[in-house]
Amino acid sequence: MRSAGAGAKAESEMRRQMIAVLAHAPSSRLARLWSDAGFAVVAEPVRGPETGLVTVRGRIGGGGAAFNVGEATVTRATVRLASGEVGHSYALGRDADKARIAATIDALWQKPELRARLEDLILGPLRLEHAGQAGRRAAEVAATKVDFFTMVRGED
Amino acid sequence: MYVAVKGGEAAIENAHSLLADRRRGDRSVPALRLDQIVEQLALGVDRIMAEGSLYDRELAGLALKQSRGDMTEAIFLVRAYRTTLPRFGYTRPLDTAALAIERRVSATYKDLPGGQLLGPTFDYTHRLLDPALAGDELAKAPAQRQVDPAPMPRVSDLLDDEGLIEADGAVPAGKPVADITREPLEFPLERDARLQALARGDEGFLLALAYSTQRGYARTHPFVGEIRIGEAELGLDVPELDFPVPLGTIRVTECQMVNQFKGSSKVPPQFTRGYGLVFGQSERKAMAMALCDRALRAAEFGEDIVAPAQDEEFVISHSDNVQATGFVEHLKLPHYVDFQAELDLVRRMRAEFEAGLGEDERREAAE
Amino acid sequence: MQASTAIQGGFRSSVFDSQSVFRAVMDAMARPGSRRRVAALTAPPPPMSPLAGAVALALCDHDTPVWLDRQLSTPLVREWLGFHSGAAVTPITTEAHFAFAAAPDELVALESFAQGSQEYPDRSTTIVLQVDSFDAGTPLTLAGPGIERTATIAPSPMPRHFIAQWRQNHARFPRGVDLILVSRDEIACLPRTTRIEAAQTGG
Repeated sequence: MRSAGAGAKAESEMRRQMIAVLAHAPSSRLARLWSDAGFAVVAEPVRGPETGLVTVRGRIGGGGAAFNVGEATVTRATVRLASGEVGHSYALGRDADKARIAATIDALWQKPELRARLEDLILGPLRLEHAGQAGRRAAEVAATKVDFFTMVRGED
Repeated sequence: MYVAVKGGEAAIENAHSLLADRRRGDRSVPALRLDQIVEQLALGVDRIMAEGSLYDRELAGLALKQSRGDMTEAIFLVRAYRTTLPRFGYTRPLDTAALAIERRVSATYKDLPGGQLLGPTFDYTHRLLDPALAGDELAKAPAQRQVDPAPMPRVSDLLDDEGLIEADGAVPAGKPVADITREPLEFPLERDARLQALARGDEGFLLALAYSTQRGYARTHPFVGEIRIGEAELGLDVPELDFPVPLGTIRVTECQMVNQFKGSSKVPPQFTRGYGLVFGQSERKAMAMALCDRALRAAEFGEDIVAPAQDEEFVISHSDNVQATGFVEHLKLPHYVDFQAELDLVRRMRAEFEAGLGEDERREAAE
Repeated sequence: MQASTAIQGGFRSSVFDSQSVFRAVMDAMARPGSRRRVAALTAPPPPMSPLAGAVALALCDHDTPVWLDRQLSTPLVREWLGFHSGAAVTPITTEAHFAFAAAPDELVALESFAQGSQEYPDRSTTIVLQVDSFDAGTPLTLAGPGIERTATIAPSPMPRHFIAQWRQNHARFPRGVDLILVSRDEIACLPRTTRIEAAQTGG
C-alpha cells in the first residue's frame, strides 16, 4: 500500500513538473514544437479554453498571514482524447492556443508509452531553453553583485 | 425653466473619432506596437499592472497605448477589463524567499548571505539625459558572472535570532483572508485588507504620505532591511488535480522596512516592520507601501495617532486613483440643474444679506 | 472513470448558454409566478436535474459557496459543480449563497438559511428547488411587486408548511430568502417580496 501511495505521489510530482514546463513555455515556441512533433490526435474540448482571473496571494512580512496582492489573467483548458484520457492546462496569460495544446499534451502524457516521445520532441527542448534563459539572467544579475573592500583598521 | 438636454450624440461620436486621430498622431511616424511598449516602457507597464491590480503585460501595454500614455486612464481601463473575467481561484501565497532574483539590496546589513545584487537599477546613474538614447542605440550585452548557489534568505529571517525584531505579521486565527474586491471596506481594517488596498494604491499618493512620515508626521525611524525584485512561481489549487497547478511566474518587488521602536506599555523596545509587495519592478512603490503599512499600525503599538499617514480611514479611502479620478472628474460632467438650484439659493441669500438681516438668520438661510 | 462523469455535461458554449439561462431566471424573478421555458443545456450527475444544473452553472462561481440537500450531496455532484462552476460545497446553510434541493418536501426550514442583514439584505441564500410539476401541487395565488393582479402556480413537491414558512419569510423583509423553482423544462421564481394571497385548497 505504502509503495503504491509513494508511486502515485511521484507520478503526481512528475505531472506537476511537466505542467510547469508547459506553463513557462513561450506560446509561439510551444506551438512550433507541437506542430513539428506531428502527433496525430483528436482531442475533444471539455471545458474552455477560457480566460479568467486568479487572485495572487502574498504573505505579510514575507512569511506571515496571507493577503491578496492583486489578480492575474490565466487561461485554462480541459480536453479528452478518444481513448478517454483527460488533460488539463492552466497558464498565466490569455493564450487559448497554448492552453489547448498544453491540455492535449497533458492528456497524451498519461499514456506511458508516449512519454519518451513527448520528452524528446517537446518537453526536453522547452526545459532546456527555459533553464538556459534563467541561467543567463541569473549570471547577468550576479555580475552586479557588490564586492565590498573593507579598509582594515587597527582595532580588528 | 429647464428642458432635458439632448443633442450631444453627434458631438460625442465626433469627439471620439478626433481622439482616435490625435492618439495616432502624425501618420508618417510608425505606429507603436504593443511588444515595443511592453519591452521598452516596461516600468510604466508594471505600474499599470500594480495599480490596475491585474498582472498581464500585454493588456497593460494596450491600455497605455489606448490612453495615449495617461497612466491613470490606463489603470482605469485595466480595472474595467478585469471585472469582465470570472475568477478561477486564489493562488498559494507566493514565496519571496525563492524569487529568481533580479535585484536585491539591504541598507542594514552589508554582508548578508547571497550578497547585494544591484540589478538593473537607476541608482548611481548621474541622471543626465543621454542623447544617444534618442536614436536606436544598441545596448551592449550585459556582463555575466558565476552565480553563487547559496540561498538568499529574507533579511527578516536573519534578524529573528536575537528576538529584537517582531515576527512576520499575523491576523486573528481562523479569519478568512480579507478581499476588498468582494467585501465593502469596513473600518477598522485588519492588516491583510490594508495591504491589499496599499498594493493597488496610487504610487504618488503613497509616496507623498511615506515622505510625510520621514519629515516628522508620524516618525517611524525606517531602514530598508531589504528590497528584492524577481520572478515568483505561482501555484493554484484546483479541484481536478491533486497538486497545486503551476501557472508560470510573475515579477514582484518586495520591501522589508525595519523601524526602530522604543517600546510602549504593550510592547518592549524592538524593531518593528512595515511590508511592501507590488506587481512588477517598482521599488519606490514597494518602499512607500512599507512605510505606510508601518505608519498605519500605530494603534497596534499603542502609538499616538497624530498624522495623516497614521489615519487608516484617510489613507485607505483616498489611495485608490480610479475612485479618486472618478469622483474628481465627474465634476466636469453636466451639473446644470444642481447649479441652477445653487444659483437660486445664492441669489436669495444675497437679497437677504442686502436687506440687512442679522448674522444668525443669514447662517440659517445658507443651511 | 468517475472523473470523466464529473467533467462532462457542462455548457457547450459557456458564455451564450449561461446568458440564456440567466435571462430566464432574471425574467422569472421580475415576474414572480410566471413560468419560463428554458432548454436544460447541461447533463449533471443525477439526482441533479439538467435544468437545475444549468441554473447552477449560470449563477454559481468560485465566490459562491453552495449548499446541497442530502439527495444531491454526492461526490459526483460536488465534483461536477466544482469543475464546471468553481463553486465549493458548504455543509453550513448560513454560509451558502445558493442552495439546491432535489427533495423540496424534505428541505430544512427556510429560516435556517442566510437571511441577509438589514444593511446587506442581498447576503442571503437563493434556494433552487427541483419540483416535478407546476400544476400538480396546492395552487398558490401570488401578489406583490412584478405581478399586475395575481398569479397562480401549483408547484409540487414543496417544503413542509410552505405557506406558513413563506409568510414568515415575507415578514422578515428586507431580509429573507428567494426561491427559484425548476421543473423539467420550466423556471418560476418566488422572490421574498411576493405574498401568497390564498391557497385554494389545503395548505
